[in-house]
Amino acid sequence: MAASETYPDDLRYHAEHDWARIEGDEAVLGITWFAQDALGELVHYEPPNEGDTIAKDSVYGEVESVKAVSDVIAPLSGEVLQVNAKVVEEPETVNDDPYGDGWLVRVRLTNPAEADSLLDVDAYKHVVAEA
Amino acid sequence: MSYLSLTERDREEMLAAIGVSSVEELFRDIPAGVRFGRELDLGPPLSEQELSRHLEELAARNVDSSKELSFLGAGIYDHYVPAVVDTVLQRGEFLTAYTPYQPEMSQGVLQAIFEYQTVICELTGMDVSNASGYDGTTVAADACYVAKHATGRTKVVVTEATNPQVRQVVKTYASGFGLEVVEVPHRGGVTDPDELRRAATDAACVIFQQPNFFGCLEPAPDLAAAANDAEAIAVAHVDPISLGVLEAPGAYGCGMAIGEGQSAGNYQSFAGPHYGFLAARKEFIRRMPGRIVGETLDAAGERGYVLTLQTREQHIRREKATSNITTNQTLLALAGLVHLSWLGPQGLREVGETCMSLAAYAQSRLADAGLEPAFSERTTFKEFAVRTGRNAQDAIRSARERGVHPGYALGRDYQGFDDALLVAVTERRTPADIDRLVEALAK
Amino acid sequence: MKLIFEKSQTGRRGGELPHYELPPAKVPDELRRETAPRLPELAEPEIVRHFTELSTRNFGIDTGFYPLGSCTMKYNPRVNERLAMLPGFRDLHPYQDEDASQGALELMWRLQEALIEVSGLHACSLQPAAGSQGELTGLLLMRAYFADRGEAEQRDTIITADTAHGTNPASVTMAGYNLAKVETDARGNVDVAHLRQMVDERTAGLMLTNPSTLGLFDEHIEEIAEIFHEVGALLYYDGANLNAVCGISRPGDMGFDIVHINLHKTFSQPHGGGGPGGGPVVVRDKLEPFLPVPALVRDGERFRLDHDRPKSIGKVRGFTGPFGVFVRSYAYIRSYGPRLREMSEVAVLNANYLLARLREAYDLPYDRLAMHEFVLSARSLKREHGITALDVAKRLMDYGFHPPTIYFPLVVPEALMVEPTETEAKETLDEFADAMLAIAREAENDPELLRQAPHARPVKRLDEVLAAKRAIVKYGFDQHPDLSGAQPEPRQLEAQKGT
Repeated sequence: MAASETYPDDLRYHAEHDWARIEGDEAVLGITWFAQDALGELVHYEPPNEGDTIAKDSVYGEVESVKAVSDVIAPLSGEVLQVNAKVVEEPETVNDDPYGDGWLVRVRLTNPAEADSLLDVDAYKHVVAEA
Repeated sequence: MSYLSLTERDREEMLAAIGVSSVEELFRDIPAGVRFGRELDLGPPLSEQELSRHLEELAARNVDSSKELSFLGAGIYDHYVPAVVDTVLQRGEFLTAYTPYQPEMSQGVLQAIFEYQTVICELTGMDVSNASGYDGTTVAADACYVAKHATGRTKVVVTEATNPQVRQVVKTYASGFGLEVVEVPHRGGVTDPDELRRAATDAACVIFQQPNFFGCLEPAPDLAAAANDAEAIAVAHVDPISLGVLEAPGAYGCGMAIGEGQSAGNYQSFAGPHYGFLAARKEFIRRMPGRIVGETLDAAGERGYVLTLQTREQHIRREKATSNITTNQTLLALAGLVHLSWLGPQGLREVGETCMSLAAYAQSRLADAGLEPAFSERTTFKEFAVRTGRNAQDAIRSARERGVHPGYALGRDYQGFDDALLVAVTERRTPADIDRLVEALAK
Repeated sequence: MKLIFEKSQTGRRGGELPHYELPPAKVPDELRRETAPRLPELAEPEIVRHFTELSTRNFGIDTGFYPLGSCTMKYNPRVNERLAMLPGFRDLHPYQDEDASQGALELMWRLQEALIEVSGLHACSLQPAAGSQGELTGLLLMRAYFADRGEAEQRDTIITADTAHGTNPASVTMAGYNLAKVETDARGNVDVAHLRQMVDERTAGLMLTNPSTLGLFDEHIEEIAEIFHEVGALLYYDGANLNAVCGISRPGDMGFDIVHINLHKTFSQPHGGGGPGGGPVVVRDKLEPFLPVPALVRDGERFRLDHDRPKSIGKVRGFTGPFGVFVRSYAYIRSYGPRLREMSEVAVLNANYLLARLREAYDLPYDRLAMHEFVLSARSLKREHGITALDVAKRLMDYGFHPPTIYFPLVVPEALMVEPTETEAKETLDEFADAMLAIAREAENDPELLRQAPHARPVKRLDEVLAAKRAIVKYGFDQHPDLSGAQPEPRQLEAQKGT
């Protein structure tokens, strides 16, 4: 059921295999196809709480498969507006649709300029090729 | 003797297949500077017979509880181990198996651990148990580690009435965990809940023992409430054999229950190996140290068991593991499962009641003989502290001359108790044994 | 197979206890148990049948070949079981007077001396309950040593190999140290150039096993020891692989300052389905003052416990350690005496023979002589036929063998780590090699057979993802025919299921 390998070009990427979809002063965050493929089928998502502040390059949650636990790194700083309850209930959603239904959190950005330091899709594909 | 099958012919064929001319050549990568140049100085190899004789001679020099009537307790107890426990532990398929990492080869061990986990949860009123810890002291350190990560706090509180070795081990581990350890003194053999509440401010957890080291029954629900008031996790260190008569920690507000399992199914064996148990409410499941067995289905839809939530463990999580524990105490925990199954709920209640009534009988007979209890207002379980009226070591010496070991000298661990003995009375003692104890201690 | 709870019937019981005419116990109301725990209720014959049936669904060394790399699954001598059950050992209380425990104390002292001799160091504590507890103890010893020298703040990092067993980094974290990892070079040795860059005055020490988890003896061990000792750091030896070098090369002579030994690996303590074990530590004399308390000392012909150890790190476990394990390991060492060397020689011979038979059919990441274990890779099988190390492992079960360790060490993809040990007969090694070669052929001709394996075990391949998702970690009782109040299902005979 896992998705095939894609990296949408309307997203910004972080070298630790996380993505951000920027929508005005908010952003939706998640993990990339590469990350879910390396982990295998997800069995658990440990999210932050709504209202928490998360910081760019810091850990804001965990995803877990049978063989590994991975920290989820925030590509941007912000206040958590929403946690994706569907992924909490059915973590494998991330494997099936990492960029759509498998989103992890929605944040209000506290420092939108940080987006400039993120990778575009070509730069991120380069990171994947090296890994 | 050795346990090798290798013959000369085997050796020649194998060396030829490898392509070397001698066994010595197989070690050619070892630098000359670190080669050991002489024979190991370990005494000559012994045949099975000679070996047995040597060890029998060593064993004969120990005064064990088959040779002397003993009332020693203080953490390790002479409970009756039924013969079925030995039978099960001698099955080579259990005894000589490894950790069940390949579940299709190990359904026996995995199901047994699942049953053990269930029994521990039933006894303690908790939602999840691990597959065992090393002993009753290290599980206390484990509980502190869980509490630290669950609360983010760096202080832990332990009652002075908790077993001294448990406290000592917690302190040893606390240094590595970056935890401050605060002790709450006992007041007349038990702990004051208000004092505990004050001490528990900003604590990650509070550990108390029930029954405590003195054998006294603590006001456990009030102690748990005091911890919860301070938003510290209440951790009860309990005796498995008491949980047929005493309430389960999960029923009075504890977040975790730990303890030494030896009383359920293990011989004393000079303190080991035994097993520690650790059980917790479900919110802590992903922070639990040690192995956990879970239920699943196989490819044909049949029920089976596997190690689960292994991402917490060292072999996957590595430096972020919930603990470094790998080898645990599975075989001894299996003994516990067998023993508790053999007792059943009725038998467990009876064992608890028998120990308690025998101990109460001993306490009152000793009081009649002029040896007062150290904590006369307290209800005790299977152990109690008694004042001998003289130095406790002298009391032990003279009692042992009459073939009775009367108990543990409490002054080793507590100030002002140099004349006190901790006397343990299990279901293996009889009223006649207790009469002998009284005679042996009479002045 | 049913759980013991599913076989339980209200009112049945196993054992009975003696009754005495005494006033009954009075538990205060607020402390009394309200609801009885739902322990199994079976009579003794059914209890014995249940556990016997469970045992038939399990595989031990007694059953067959068990080549788990890094675990040293050697034969567990039966005489040791008998000796551990002698009443003088089995029924001895740890707080018995010392003059009434001299046999036990002497046995422990002699075991300490033997471990000191095998390690080539000076002092020993038997207290740690297992290898990983030994590791933590060793790291706490390092802390205490540096604190004593006023270097506690300065020394904050431990270096481990990237091939290290997972307990090493976990122990480092538990001890409050920072972790750094050194790479392995193309010959399977620690990359000395990389190491030199990493080691400085902030380094507390190295944790290493030698031979490594690749089964290779580090050819530069003397240079490595010098690098650490030059900056005043210490070396810790993970004794998991000691079975390769007993009487041949001693960790103390290699330059290690602290050693833990796995009594359940090298010295035959049975694994018991996961434990117990023993993880004693042996140290260089400068570390002796910091060893756990109490220390076991000899005064002429007497043995005693010394609690007056002001510099000790404290206590890592109750009492003096798992005594029953000491009885077995001591008995094992006395059986062999200096022939422990032969034990290691045969362990290494057996491993190299098996390697010679398998190297053509599987990938060999490091082309060197092995020590007591070796690592192969199934990566060609994966690339050419889509068959993984996991599939190979599951298929081996059908041939009647326990699989080797898989996916470890992490530096080798599709790793298969094989450790035969010295107690295997040549015919067993040949049968195993034949099976591995047959599986390599099956990978080509009938890969689906491997992917569906095992076929011949009590269960088919188990779903670990489902287990992690459901997290059912105890019996639910709501399905219990007696205790739930539900109507019992009509019985169906086991043998008729699936027809």
